[in-house]
Amino acid sequence: MQIFPRSLNKLPFIAAAVGGILGPGVVLAAWYYVTPKNFQVGYAPTQPVPYSHRLHAGQMGMDCRYCHANVEKSAKAMIPPTQTCMGCHAMVRTESAKLAPVRSSWETGKPVEWVHVHKLPDHAYFDHSVHVGVGVGCATCHGRVDQMEVVASDQPINMGWCLDCHRNPTPNLRPRDQVTNMTWTPEQSKGFTPPEVHPPTHCSGCHR
Amino acid sequence: MSYPYLPKKELGEVPLAGEGATFRSLTEAVARVTENPAPRGWWIAFLSAASFLGVMTIAIGYLFWTGIGVWGNNAPVYWAWDITNFVWWIGIGHAGTLISAVLFLFRQKWRTSINRFAEAMTIFAVICALVFPGIHVGRTWYAYYMLPLPSEMQMWPNFKSPLIWDVFAVSTYATVSTLFWYVGLIPDLATLRDRARNPLRKKIYGALALGWRGANRHWQNYERAYLILAALSTPLVLSVHSVVSFDFATSVLPGWHATIFPPYFVAGAVFSGFAMVMTLMLITRAVYGMRSIVTMKHLELMNKIMLVTGSLVGYAYGMEFFIAWYGGNDYELFCFKNRAFGPYAWAYWTMISCNVISPQLFWFKKLRTSIPVMFVVSITINIGMWFERFVIIVTSLHRDFLPSSWGYFRPTLVDIFTYCGTLGLFFTAFLLFLRWVPMIAIAEVKGVLPESDPHYHPEEAHADHHHAEPVAAEAEE
Repeated sequence: MQIFPRSLNKLPFIAAAVGGILGPGVVLAAWYYVTPKNFQVGYAPTQPVPYSHRLHAGQMGMDCRYCHANVEKSAKAMIPPTQTCMGCHAMVRTESAKLAPVRSSWETGKPVEWVHVHKLPDHAYFDHSVHVGVGVGCATCHGRVDQMEVVASDQPINMGWCLDCHRNPTPNLRPRDQVTNMTWTPEQSKGFTPPEVHPPTHCSGCHR
Repeated sequence: MSYPYLPKKELGEVPLAGEGATFRSLTEAVARVTENPAPRGWWIAFLSAASFLGVMTIAIGYLFWTGIGVWGNNAPVYWAWDITNFVWWIGIGHAGTLISAVLFLFRQKWRTSINRFAEAMTIFAVICALVFPGIHVGRTWYAYYMLPLPSEMQMWPNFKSPLIWDVFAVSTYATVSTLFWYVGLIPDLATLRDRARNPLRKKIYGALALGWRGANRHWQNYERAYLILAALSTPLVLSVHSVVSFDFATSVLPGWHATIFPPYFVAGAVFSGFAMVMTLMLITRAVYGMRSIVTMKHLELMNKIMLVTGSLVGYAYGMEFFIAWYGGNDYELFCFKNRAFGPYAWAYWTMISCNVISPQLFWFKKLRTSIPVMFVVSITINIGMWFERFVIIVTSLHRDFLPSSWGYFRPTLVDIFTYCGTLGLFFTAFLLFLRWVPMIAIAEVKGVLPESDPHYHPEEAHADHHHAEPVAAEAEE
């Protein structure tokens, strides 16, 4: 007596085929899609002040270090304090509505609450000064900030991305005096020999 | 799995199943357990096991919510009950594989009465064991880091670490054991299907039996598959616990760093596994009236294996001390003195009395054929083997190289609930197995019954048992 229809004989083969594709498929899809490449790149939060990097760093040609003054000395590049803004804006565009939060911060002493764009997890140690010190350009990790009206994340900043450069840093090094140059290309520094650097690739290099 | 033309009576002239067991009585005895309503005792046991399982769920939920600090583990005792329980459960599983694979390849036909049982025990023990590495990593939602999966972090497990070997060893073990158990079940599931009256029951067992009709062709494929799986499982009996022992042996800690660990662990695993099979078997055999299938002969043979492996383990304990002295390493010697006479001496001597002294009772035939004695000894062995792992792990860690950080481990309530909870998990699974799956390998036991002799005649059956050479005599008839 048959309990099941004959067509069910195909079921094991179908199940094996579906399982064989589905299992590795899920792993590969997660590997490819579930990454900061898709979640971090292009992240451009609205800031309390519509500060334009395109205007300041691009058209006016201000150096990155005018505001991010600690970048060569410490781990954090530093978000500039209100005083830095007011250094100019005490005299320039003093009535601008866009600058109202900066002026009120100046009066009250409460900092402007800028939104963090390039956010590293707490368990990853990163130091700006050592990277800038060996000649990794600002634009290498942050993209062409001089063309951004609103700052957006240009690179995924995930662990694999860090490791790619730590394993082969030479292509991302430039002369130290060109670090903040947004338009630098390797052709501009023919004959430049990048320094011998050996960035750590072991766990405790970054997870200290 | 080809049975000889005539069933050989390898263990003297006593048949492997009890007097009067026939094909019919065997099928009836095993299959009706799954068909009749569950007895009241089963429900009582099941509900108490399930409530322990509930306790485990709560303890683990609390652990997830609060963090690993709810356990007693702390510097310098980073591994404590979690790894003790893991190694203990994995060890228990080993008897199942030994019985089903190694004894099969050695044609020890007495295994047929206990192999289904022992294999089921293996699978449930491995499930209980797998709970611990899964939860002891702290952030359990990252437990998948243990597997070599590609990810954007470009991070792979450290292939030089024995912990990743452990992942492979145990997952292979779980897979092969499950397959082995299931393949062996197919003919018996078909028996249940054919006996089923309820259409739903027929469908479920029918699906699980994979269309088994008992055709010659089916048996040929089945026996080949079974042989291949037995051959795959056999090295696992030795390799899995060897790899588990590498977790300790490849470290530099005195008390762990010893070349004797792999054989010592394997012997201990088989020892504890047989003890667990014995405990469960004695209860089930009495409750379900399987005395004619699992005879005193089986129990006695298992006791002999426990005597051998228990003595091997005792030898290893002694050898560890000898090498600590003979090796001339002060730290090693300190570790072992501290083990036997330090703050954990109570655990050490519990282990020695349970593991080394208690199985020595089995030298005496009277004691190894006494049900109460073997029941008590099987339980003391299980306790002793748990203490063995506790002693190895905790006494080696609690006084390491830096005396300023010496400590004393005490379990917390969550430790205790988690451990007791895995016993609940084990018995819940085991009771479900007893209720729904044929607990004895019907088809295999039939192969060793007198009735499977092609020349079997019921009226001659009794005479058969006393003939030394029935083959030639009966072939001429």
